[in-house]
Amino acid sequence: MKKVEFYGAGFPYLKIKELPGRLIVLEGTDGVGRSTQIQLIRKWLEDEGFAVSDTGLRRSPLTQPGLDAAKTGHTLSRLTMNLFYATDFADRLENQIIPALKAGFYVLSDRYFYSIIARDTVRGADPEWARKLYGFALKPDLVIYLKCDVPHLIERMVHGRGFDYWESGMDVRSADNLYDSFVVYQTRLIEQFDRMAEEYGFVVVDATRSIEEVFQDLQREILKLEDV
Amino acid sequence: MLRPNSYAGKLIVVEGIDGSGKSTQIDLLYKWLQAQGRSVFFSEWNSSDLVKSTTKLGKKQKMFTPTTFSLLQATDFAERWENLMLPMLKAGVIVLADRYAFTAFARDVARGVDAQWVRNLYSFAPQPDLVFYFRVPLDVAVERILSSRSKLKYYEAGMDLGLADNRVASFRLFQQRIINEYDRMVEEFGMTVIDGALPVQRQQKLIRQMVKKVLDGWQGLPNPRAPQKRARRHAARTAIPAPVGDGKGGPE
Repeated sequence: MKKVEFYGAGFPYLKIKELPGRLIVLEGTDGVGRSTQIQLIRKWLEDEGFAVSDTGLRRSPLTQPGLDAAKTGHTLSRLTMNLFYATDFADRLENQIIPALKAGFYVLSDRYFYSIIARDTVRGADPEWARKLYGFALKPDLVIYLKCDVPHLIERMVHGRGFDYWESGMDVRSADNLYDSFVVYQTRLIEQFDRMAEEYGFVVVDATRSIEEVFQDLQREILKLEDV
Repeated sequence: MLRPNSYAGKLIVVEGIDGSGKSTQIDLLYKWLQAQGRSVFFSEWNSSDLVKSTTKLGKKQKMFTPTTFSLLQATDFAERWENLMLPMLKAGVIVLADRYAFTAFARDVARGVDAQWVRNLYSFAPQPDLVFYFRVPLDVAVERILSSRSKLKYYEAGMDLGLADNRVASFRLFQQRIINEYDRMVEEFGMTVIDGALPVQRQQKLIRQMVKKVLDGWQGLPNPRAPQKRARRHAARTAIPAPVGDGKGGPE
Protein backbone atom coordinates (compact mmCIF):
# COMPACT_ATOMS: atom_id res chain seq x y z
CA MET A 1 0.00 0.00 0.00
CA LYS A 2 1.17 3.52 -0.85
CA LYS A 3 2.18 5.80 1.99
CA VAL A 4 -0.24 8.61 2.86
CA GLU A 5 1.49 11.78 1.65
CA PHE A 6 0.52 15.43 1.46
CA TYR A 7 2.02 18.30 -0.54
CA GLY A 8 2.69 20.22 2.68
CA ALA A 9 1.62 19.87 6.30
CA GLY A 10 -1.69 18.18 5.40
CA PHE A 11 -4.18 18.06 8.25
CA PRO A 12 -1.93 17.74 11.33
CA TYR A 13 -4.88 17.11 13.67
CA LEU A 14 -6.13 14.13 11.63
CA LYS A 15 -4.32 10.96 12.50
CA ILE A 16 -4.50 9.08 9.23
CA LYS A 17 -2.66 5.79 9.36
CA GLU A 18 -3.67 4.34 6.04
CA LEU A 19 -5.99 4.96 3.14
CA PRO A 20 -6.80 1.69 1.41
CA GLY A 21 -8.66 3.39 -1.48
CA ARG A 22 -7.16 5.04 -4.53
CA LEU A 23 -7.38 8.65 -5.59
CA ILE A 24 -7.34 9.17 -9.34
CA VAL A 25 -7.44 12.67 -10.75
CA LEU A 26 -8.29 13.71 -14.31
CA GLU A 27 -6.88 17.09 -15.19
CA GLY A 28 -6.91 19.23 -18.29
CA THR A 29 -8.46 22.40 -19.65
CA ASP A 30 -12.10 22.90 -20.53
CA GLY A 31 -13.54 20.56 -23.13
CA VAL A 32 -10.85 17.86 -23.15
CA GLY A 33 -13.40 15.18 -22.27
CA ARG A 34 -12.77 14.69 -18.55
CA SER A 35 -16.35 13.99 -17.55
CA THR A 36 -16.91 11.56 -20.44
CA GLN A 37 -13.83 9.58 -19.41
CA ILE A 38 -14.84 9.60 -15.75
CA GLN A 39 -18.18 8.05 -16.63
CA LEU A 40 -16.42 5.33 -18.63
CA ILE A 41 -13.89 4.61 -15.87
CA ARG A 42 -16.61 4.52 -13.27
CA LYS A 43 -18.66 1.99 -15.21
CA TRP A 44 -15.60 -0.13 -15.95
CA LEU A 45 -14.42 -0.21 -12.32
CA GLU A 46 -17.89 -0.95 -11.00
CA ASP A 47 -18.23 -3.79 -13.52
CA GLU A 48 -14.96 -5.11 -12.07
CA GLY A 49 -16.53 -4.97 -8.61
CA PHE A 50 -14.85 -1.88 -7.16
CA ALA A 51 -16.70 0.79 -5.17
CA VAL A 52 -16.36 4.15 -6.89
CA SER A 53 -17.02 7.70 -5.76
CA ASP A 54 -16.66 10.72 -7.99
CA THR A 55 -16.18 14.34 -7.14
CA GLY A 56 -15.46 17.60 -8.90
CA LEU A 57 -14.65 21.21 -8.17
CA ARG A 58 -17.21 23.38 -6.42
CA ARG A 59 -19.57 20.75 -5.12
CA SER A 60 -19.12 21.16 -1.39
CA PRO A 61 -22.35 21.56 0.57
CA LEU A 62 -20.57 24.04 2.86
CA THR A 63 -19.49 26.55 0.24
CA GLN A 64 -21.72 25.92 -2.77
CA PRO A 65 -24.45 28.44 -1.80
CA GLY A 66 -21.91 31.18 -1.07
CA LEU A 67 -19.83 30.50 -4.17
CA ASP A 68 -22.86 30.48 -6.46
CA ALA A 69 -23.98 33.82 -5.05
CA ALA A 70 -20.49 35.26 -5.43
CA LYS A 71 -20.13 34.11 -9.03
CA THR A 72 -23.39 35.65 -10.17
CA GLY A 73 -22.71 38.91 -8.37
CA HIS A 74 -19.09 39.33 -9.63
CA THR A 75 -18.41 40.82 -6.20
CA LEU A 76 -15.38 38.78 -5.20
CA SER A 77 -11.87 40.00 -5.85
CA ARG A 78 -9.20 37.56 -6.91
CA LEU A 79 -7.62 36.89 -3.54
CA THR A 80 -10.98 36.40 -1.87
CA MET A 81 -12.11 34.04 -4.62
CA ASN A 82 -8.90 32.00 -4.35
CA LEU A 83 -9.43 31.51 -0.63
CA PHE A 84 -13.09 30.66 -1.09
CA TYR A 85 -12.18 27.96 -3.62
CA ALA A 86 -9.54 26.64 -1.25
CA THR A 87 -12.18 26.41 1.52
CA ASP A 88 -14.39 24.43 -0.81
CA PHE A 89 -11.54 22.15 -1.83
CA ALA A 90 -10.52 21.47 1.78
CA ASP A 91 -14.10 20.69 2.72
CA ARG A 92 -14.44 18.11 -0.04
CA LEU A 93 -11.06 16.61 0.73
CA GLU A 94 -11.73 16.17 4.45
CA ASN A 95 -15.42 15.33 4.34
CA GLN A 96 -15.79 13.37 1.10
CA ILE A 97 -12.52 12.22 -0.46
CA ILE A 98 -10.59 11.09 2.63
CA PRO A 99 -13.57 9.23 4.19
CA ALA A 100 -14.18 7.46 0.85
CA LEU A 101 -10.50 6.50 0.62
CA LYS A 102 -10.62 5.21 4.21
CA ALA A 103 -13.51 3.01 3.18
CA GLY A 104 -11.47 1.60 0.29
CA PHE A 105 -13.20 3.40 -2.56
CA TYR A 106 -11.77 4.38 -5.87
CA VAL A 107 -12.21 8.15 -5.85
CA LEU A 108 -12.33 9.73 -9.30
CA SER A 109 -11.79 13.45 -9.11
CA ASP A 110 -12.77 15.64 -12.05
CA ARG A 111 -9.88 18.11 -11.60
CA TYR A 112 -7.96 18.82 -8.40
CA PHE A 113 -6.24 21.89 -7.00
CA TYR A 114 -3.91 22.01 -10.04
CA SER A 115 -6.74 23.47 -12.12
CA ILE A 116 -7.40 26.11 -9.49
CA ILE A 117 -3.72 27.11 -9.44
CA ALA A 118 -3.61 27.21 -13.24
CA ARG A 119 -6.63 29.51 -13.41
CA ASP A 120 -5.34 31.74 -10.60
CA THR A 121 -1.85 32.00 -12.09
CA VAL A 122 -3.25 33.02 -15.47
CA ARG A 123 -5.12 35.74 -13.60
CA GLY A 124 -1.94 37.04 -11.99
CA ALA A 125 -1.87 35.25 -8.63
CA ASP A 126 1.45 34.51 -6.96
CA PRO A 127 2.14 30.87 -7.94
CA GLU A 128 4.26 30.23 -4.83
CA TRP A 129 1.58 31.46 -2.45
CA ALA A 130 -1.02 29.24 -4.12
CA ARG A 131 1.19 26.14 -3.95
CA LYS A 132 1.76 26.63 -0.22
CA LEU A 133 -1.94 27.30 0.29
CA TYR A 134 -2.71 23.80 -1.02
CA GLY A 135 -0.16 22.25 1.33
CA PHE A 136 -3.09 20.42 2.95
CA ALA A 137 -3.78 18.51 -0.27
CA LEU A 138 -3.36 14.76 -0.37
CA LYS A 139 -1.03 13.43 -3.09
CA PRO A 140 -3.17 11.41 -5.51
CA ASP A 141 -2.21 7.88 -6.54
CA LEU A 142 -2.48 8.90 -10.18
CA VAL A 143 -2.96 12.21 -11.99
CA ILE A 144 -3.84 11.93 -15.65
CA TYR A 145 -3.47 15.05 -17.74
CA LEU A 146 -5.71 14.97 -20.78
CA LYS A 147 -3.71 17.11 -23.13
CA CYS A 148 -5.38 18.77 -26.08
CA ASP A 149 -4.24 21.63 -28.31
CA VAL A 150 -6.27 24.76 -28.99
CA PRO A 151 -7.38 23.87 -32.58
CA HIS A 152 -8.90 20.59 -31.31
CA LEU A 153 -10.53 22.40 -28.37
CA ILE A 154 -12.13 24.87 -30.77
CA GLU A 155 -13.53 22.02 -32.88
CA ARG A 156 -15.10 20.56 -29.76
CA MET A 157 -16.52 23.86 -28.58
CA VAL A 158 -18.07 24.61 -31.97
CA HIS A 159 -19.62 21.15 -32.28
CA GLY A 160 -20.39 20.87 -28.60
CA ARG A 161 -21.59 23.31 -26.00
CA GLY A 162 -20.40 26.52 -27.65
CA PHE A 163 -18.15 29.25 -26.23
CA ASP A 164 -18.78 30.19 -22.63
CA TYR A 165 -17.89 33.41 -20.77
CA TRP A 166 -15.76 31.73 -18.07
CA GLU A 167 -14.16 29.06 -20.27
CA SER A 168 -13.13 31.83 -22.64
CA GLY A 169 -11.61 33.76 -19.75
CA MET A 170 -13.57 36.87 -20.69
CA ASP A 171 -13.01 38.25 -17.18
CA VAL A 172 -9.27 38.47 -17.95
CA ARG A 173 -10.12 40.89 -20.79
CA SER A 174 -7.37 39.78 -23.15
CA ALA A 175 -9.75 40.21 -26.12
CA ASP A 176 -13.14 41.75 -26.76
CA ASN A 177 -14.86 38.66 -28.19
CA LEU A 178 -15.36 35.07 -27.05
CA TYR A 179 -13.38 33.42 -29.84
CA ASP A 180 -10.15 35.44 -29.55
CA SER A 181 -10.39 35.42 -25.79
CA PHE A 182 -10.85 31.64 -25.79
CA VAL A 183 -7.70 31.16 -27.88
CA VAL A 184 -5.54 33.39 -25.66
CA TYR A 185 -6.94 32.08 -22.38
CA GLN A 186 -6.79 28.37 -23.22
CA THR A 187 -3.26 28.74 -24.62
CA ARG A 188 -2.14 30.24 -21.32
CA LEU A 189 -3.92 27.53 -19.32
CA ILE A 190 -2.25 24.80 -21.37
CA GLU A 191 1.13 26.41 -20.64
CA GLN A 192 0.38 26.20 -16.92
CA PHE A 193 -0.71 22.56 -17.18
CA ASP A 194 2.40 21.63 -19.14
CA ARG A 195 4.55 23.21 -16.47
CA MET A 196 2.70 21.40 -13.68
CA ALA A 197 2.82 18.10 -15.56
CA GLU A 198 6.55 18.13 -15.00
CA GLU A 199 6.46 19.58 -11.49
CA TYR A 200 3.86 17.16 -10.13
CA GLY A 201 4.53 14.17 -12.35
CA PHE A 202 1.27 13.95 -14.27
CA VAL A 203 0.77 11.09 -16.69
CA VAL A 204 0.18 12.88 -19.99
CA VAL A 205 -2.41 11.36 -22.30
CA ASP A 206 -3.03 12.69 -25.80
CA ALA A 207 -6.68 13.73 -25.71
CA THR A 208 -6.96 14.74 -29.37
CA ARG A 209 -7.70 11.11 -30.24
CA SER A 210 -11.02 9.24 -30.10
CA ILE A 211 -12.84 8.65 -26.82
CA GLU A 212 -12.17 4.93 -27.12
CA GLU A 213 -8.43 5.35 -27.68
CA VAL A 214 -8.08 7.72 -24.76
CA PHE A 215 -10.07 5.40 -22.53
CA GLN A 216 -7.77 2.47 -23.37
CA ASP A 217 -4.77 4.53 -22.24
CA LEU A 218 -6.52 5.42 -19.00
CA GLN A 219 -7.39 1.79 -18.32
CA ARG A 220 -3.77 0.82 -18.84
CA GLU A 221 -2.56 3.46 -16.38
CA ILE A 222 -5.12 2.47 -13.76
CA LEU A 223 -4.26 -1.22 -14.10
CA LYS A 224 -0.64 -0.36 -13.36
CA LEU A 225 -1.77 0.76 -9.87
CA GLU A 226 -3.18 -2.69 -9.19
CA ASP A 227 0.09 -4.40 -10.14
CA VAL A 228 1.98 -2.62 -7.36
CA MET B 1 7.46 37.86 9.36
CA LEU B 2 4.93 39.96 7.52
CA ARG B 3 5.98 42.50 4.91
CA PRO B 4 6.20 46.10 6.20
CA ASN B 5 3.32 48.53 5.74
CA SER B 6 4.30 50.56 2.67
CA TYR B 7 0.98 52.38 2.29
CA ALA B 8 0.24 56.03 3.00
CA GLY B 9 -2.07 55.20 5.93
CA LYS B 10 -1.39 53.78 9.38
CA LEU B 11 -2.57 50.39 10.56
CA ILE B 12 -3.28 49.80 14.25
CA VAL B 13 -4.50 46.48 15.54
CA VAL B 14 -5.81 45.10 18.83
CA GLU B 15 -5.46 41.43 19.72
CA GLY B 16 -6.21 39.19 22.69
CA ILE B 17 -8.62 36.51 23.83
CA ASP B 18 -12.34 37.12 24.27
CA GLY B 19 -12.94 39.17 27.40
CA SER B 20 -9.51 40.81 27.36
CA GLY B 21 -11.05 44.27 26.96
CA LYS B 22 -9.59 45.04 23.53
CA SER B 23 -12.87 46.11 21.92
CA THR B 24 -13.54 48.67 24.68
CA GLN B 25 -10.07 50.12 24.17
CA ILE B 26 -10.22 50.32 20.38
CA ASP B 27 -13.61 52.03 20.63
CA LEU B 28 -12.12 54.71 22.89
CA LEU B 29 -9.14 55.07 20.59
CA TYR B 30 -11.41 55.44 17.56
CA LYS B 31 -13.40 58.25 19.18
CA TRP B 32 -10.27 60.00 20.40
CA LEU B 33 -8.68 59.99 16.93
CA GLN B 34 -11.89 61.25 15.37
CA ALA B 35 -12.15 64.07 17.86
CA GLN B 36 -8.67 65.12 16.76
CA GLY B 37 -9.96 65.47 13.21
CA ARG B 38 -8.17 62.40 11.89
CA SER B 39 -9.52 60.25 9.07
CA VAL B 40 -10.14 56.92 10.78
CA PHE B 41 -11.64 53.66 9.58
CA PHE B 42 -12.64 50.69 11.70
CA SER B 43 -12.94 47.03 10.69
CA GLU B 44 -13.87 44.02 12.76
CA TRP B 45 -12.93 40.34 12.52
CA ASN B 46 -15.38 38.05 10.74
CA SER B 47 -17.72 40.78 9.53
CA SER B 48 -17.72 40.40 5.75
CA ASP B 49 -21.24 40.18 4.32
CA LEU B 50 -20.07 37.95 1.56
CA VAL B 51 -18.89 35.06 3.66
CA LYS B 52 -21.59 35.47 6.29
CA SER B 53 -24.06 32.95 4.84
CA THR B 54 -21.39 30.26 4.59
CA THR B 55 -20.15 30.91 8.14
CA LYS B 56 -23.68 30.72 9.46
CA LEU B 57 -24.41 27.49 7.62
CA GLY B 58 -21.16 25.89 8.77
CA LYS B 59 -21.67 26.85 12.40
CA LYS B 60 -25.28 25.78 12.52
CA GLN B 61 -24.63 22.41 10.95
CA LYS B 62 -21.26 21.98 12.72
CA MET B 63 -19.65 21.34 9.34
CA PHE B 64 -16.32 23.00 10.03
CA THR B 65 -12.98 21.30 10.39
CA PRO B 66 -9.98 23.31 11.69
CA THR B 67 -8.77 23.75 8.10
CA THR B 68 -12.07 24.88 6.57
CA PHE B 69 -12.71 27.18 9.54
CA SER B 70 -9.29 28.73 9.05
CA LEU B 71 -9.74 29.11 5.29
CA LEU B 72 -13.18 30.64 5.58
CA GLN B 73 -11.99 33.22 8.09
CA ALA B 74 -9.08 34.01 5.78
CA THR B 75 -11.62 34.49 2.97
CA ASP B 76 -13.54 36.88 5.19
CA PHE B 77 -10.37 38.77 6.01
CA ALA B 78 -9.26 38.89 2.35
CA GLU B 79 -12.61 40.32 1.33
CA ARG B 80 -12.38 43.06 3.95
CA TRP B 81 -8.73 43.60 3.11
CA GLU B 82 -9.26 44.05 -0.63
CA ASN B 83 -12.47 46.05 -0.46
CA LEU B 84 -12.14 48.07 2.75
CA MET B 85 -8.80 48.17 4.55
CA LEU B 86 -6.41 48.34 1.57
CA PRO B 87 -8.19 51.23 -0.22
CA MET B 88 -8.35 53.13 3.10
CA LEU B 89 -4.65 52.60 3.76
CA LYS B 90 -3.77 53.72 0.24
CA ALA B 91 -5.86 56.83 0.77
CA GLY B 92 -3.84 57.72 3.87
CA VAL B 93 -6.41 56.78 6.52
CA ILE B 94 -5.74 55.39 10.00
CA VAL B 95 -7.19 51.89 9.88
CA LEU B 96 -8.11 50.35 13.22
CA ALA B 97 -8.69 46.60 13.23
CA ASP B 98 -10.34 44.67 16.03
CA ARG B 99 -8.39 41.43 15.46
CA TYR B 100 -6.07 40.80 12.52
CA ALA B 101 -4.08 37.92 11.06
CA PHE B 102 -2.67 37.19 14.55
CA THR B 103 -6.08 35.99 15.67
CA ALA B 104 -5.85 33.30 13.02
CA PHE B 105 -2.26 32.51 13.97
CA ALA B 106 -3.39 32.00 17.57
CA ARG B 107 -6.77 30.31 17.19
CA ASP B 108 -6.16 28.17 14.14
CA VAL B 109 -2.91 26.83 15.51
CA ALA B 110 -4.67 26.18 18.84
CA ARG B 111 -7.16 24.15 16.76
CA GLY B 112 -4.32 22.12 15.27
CA VAL B 113 -3.48 23.59 11.87
CA ASP B 114 0.14 24.05 10.89
CA ALA B 115 1.67 27.36 12.08
CA GLN B 116 3.68 28.01 8.90
CA TRP B 117 0.75 27.17 6.65
CA VAL B 118 -1.55 29.72 8.28
CA ARG B 119 1.21 32.37 8.20
CA ASN B 120 1.51 31.86 4.44
CA LEU B 121 -2.27 32.25 4.07
CA TYR B 122 -2.10 35.80 5.40
CA SER B 123 1.19 36.79 3.77
CA PHE B 124 -0.69 39.37 1.66
CA ALA B 125 -1.39 41.36 4.84
CA PRO B 126 1.26 43.85 5.98
CA GLN B 127 2.75 44.15 9.45
CA PRO B 128 0.71 46.81 11.31
CA ASP B 129 2.36 49.97 12.62
CA LEU B 130 1.18 48.98 16.10
CA VAL B 131 -0.18 45.76 17.54
CA PHE B 132 -1.63 45.94 21.04
CA TYR B 133 -1.90 42.58 22.72
CA PHE B 134 -4.23 42.64 25.72
CA ARG B 135 -2.97 40.09 28.17
CA VAL B 136 -5.27 39.06 31.01
CA PRO B 137 -5.26 36.12 33.39
CA LEU B 138 -7.56 33.41 32.07
CA ASP B 139 -9.85 33.66 35.11
CA VAL B 140 -10.47 37.36 34.54
CA ALA B 141 -11.40 36.84 30.89
CA VAL B 142 -13.63 33.85 31.60
CA GLU B 143 -15.41 35.75 34.36
CA ARG B 144 -16.05 38.70 32.01
CA ILE B 145 -17.38 36.46 29.22
CA LEU B 146 -19.61 34.33 31.43
CA SER B 147 -21.14 37.29 33.21
CA SER B 148 -22.03 39.01 29.94
CA ARG B 149 -23.79 36.21 28.08
CA SER B 150 -26.07 33.33 28.84
CA LYS B 151 -24.40 30.52 26.95
CA LEU B 152 -21.10 29.88 25.22
CA LYS B 153 -21.43 28.94 21.55
CA TYR B 154 -20.12 25.64 20.20
CA TYR B 155 -17.09 26.88 18.24
CA GLU B 156 -16.42 29.74 20.64
CA ALA B 157 -16.00 27.18 23.42
CA GLY B 158 -13.76 25.07 21.17
CA MET B 159 -16.16 22.14 21.49
CA ASP B 160 -15.04 20.90 18.07
CA LEU B 161 -11.70 19.97 19.63
CA GLY B 162 -13.20 17.51 22.09
CA LEU B 163 -11.11 18.87 24.98
CA ALA B 164 -13.91 18.54 27.53
CA ASP B 165 -17.59 17.59 27.62
CA ASN B 166 -18.58 20.73 29.45
CA ARG B 167 -18.62 24.02 27.51
CA VAL B 168 -17.09 26.15 30.26
CA ALA B 169 -14.32 23.63 30.89
CA SER B 170 -13.66 23.34 27.15
CA PHE B 171 -13.66 27.14 26.79
CA ARG B 172 -11.01 27.46 29.50
CA LEU B 173 -8.73 24.86 27.94
CA PHE B 174 -9.17 26.33 24.47
CA GLN B 175 -8.52 29.92 25.62
CA GLN B 176 -5.39 28.81 27.46
CA ARG B 177 -4.05 27.29 24.24
CA ILE B 178 -4.77 30.58 22.46
CA ILE B 179 -2.99 32.57 25.18
CA ASN B 180 0.05 30.32 24.74
CA GLU B 181 0.08 31.06 21.01
CA TYR B 182 -0.25 34.81 21.58
CA ASP B 183 2.58 34.78 24.10
CA ARG B 184 4.78 33.07 21.53
CA MET B 185 3.95 35.82 18.99
CA VAL B 186 4.86 38.85 21.13
CA GLU B 187 8.44 38.78 19.95
CA GLU B 188 7.80 37.38 16.48
CA PHE B 189 5.55 40.32 15.54
CA GLY B 190 6.75 43.01 17.91
CA MET B 191 3.48 43.26 19.84
CA THR B 192 2.97 45.87 22.53
CA VAL B 193 1.66 44.05 25.58
CA ILE B 194 -1.07 45.85 27.54
CA ASP B 195 -2.07 44.56 30.94
CA GLY B 196 -5.79 44.02 30.42
CA ALA B 197 -6.38 43.83 34.17
CA LEU B 198 -5.46 47.52 34.65
CA PRO B 199 -8.25 50.11 34.97
CA VAL B 200 -9.73 51.04 31.58
CA GLN B 201 -8.59 54.66 31.75
CA ARG B 202 -5.03 53.69 32.64
CA GLN B 203 -4.84 51.32 29.66
CA GLN B 204 -6.24 53.96 27.33
CA LYS B 205 -3.60 56.44 28.49
CA LEU B 206 -0.81 54.01 27.62
CA ILE B 207 -2.38 53.29 24.24
CA ARG B 208 -2.75 56.96 23.35
CA GLN B 209 0.88 57.59 24.24
CA MET B 210 2.00 54.84 21.87
CA VAL B 211 -0.32 55.97 19.09
CA LYS B 212 0.87 59.57 19.43
CA LYS B 213 4.43 58.39 18.88
CA VAL B 214 3.46 56.52 15.72
CA LEU B 215 1.53 59.50 14.34
CA ASP B 216 4.21 62.05 15.25
CA GLY B 217 5.19 64.03 12.15
CA TRP B 218 2.74 62.13 9.96
CA GLN B 219 -0.02 63.94 8.11
CA GLY B 220 -2.45 61.44 6.63
CA LEU B 221 -5.59 62.18 4.67
CA PRO B 222 -7.23 65.42 5.82
CA ASN B 223 -10.77 65.11 7.12
CA PRO B 224 -13.00 67.82 5.62
CA ARG B 225 -15.39 67.36 8.53
CA ALA B 226 -12.68 67.88 11.10
CA PRO B 227 -13.26 70.64 13.64
CA GLN B 228 -11.29 73.84 12.98
CA LYS B 229 -8.04 74.17 14.91
CA ARG B 230 -9.22 76.98 17.15
CA ALA B 231 -12.60 75.52 17.85
CA ARG B 232 -11.29 71.97 18.33
CA ARG B 233 -11.63 71.70 22.07
CA HIS B 234 -15.19 72.90 21.96
CA ALA B 235 -16.13 70.79 18.94
CA ALA B 236 -14.62 67.67 20.38
CA ARG B 237 -16.77 68.05 23.44
CA THR B 238 -20.04 68.63 21.66
CA ALA B 239 -20.01 66.73 18.41
CA ILE B 240 -18.25 63.69 17.08
CA PRO B 241 -17.57 63.96 13.35
CA ALA B 242 -19.10 61.30 11.11
CA PRO B 243 -16.73 58.44 10.37
CA VAL B 244 -14.84 58.24 7.12
CA GLY B 245 -15.44 54.99 5.29
CA ASP B 246 -18.51 52.92 4.68
CA GLY B 247 -20.74 55.13 6.76
CA LYS B 248 -21.54 52.27 9.10
CA GLY B 249 -19.84 53.98 11.97
CA GLY B 250 -17.34 52.72 14.45
CA PRO B 251 -17.18 49.84 16.85
CA GLU B 252 -20.21 49.14 18.98
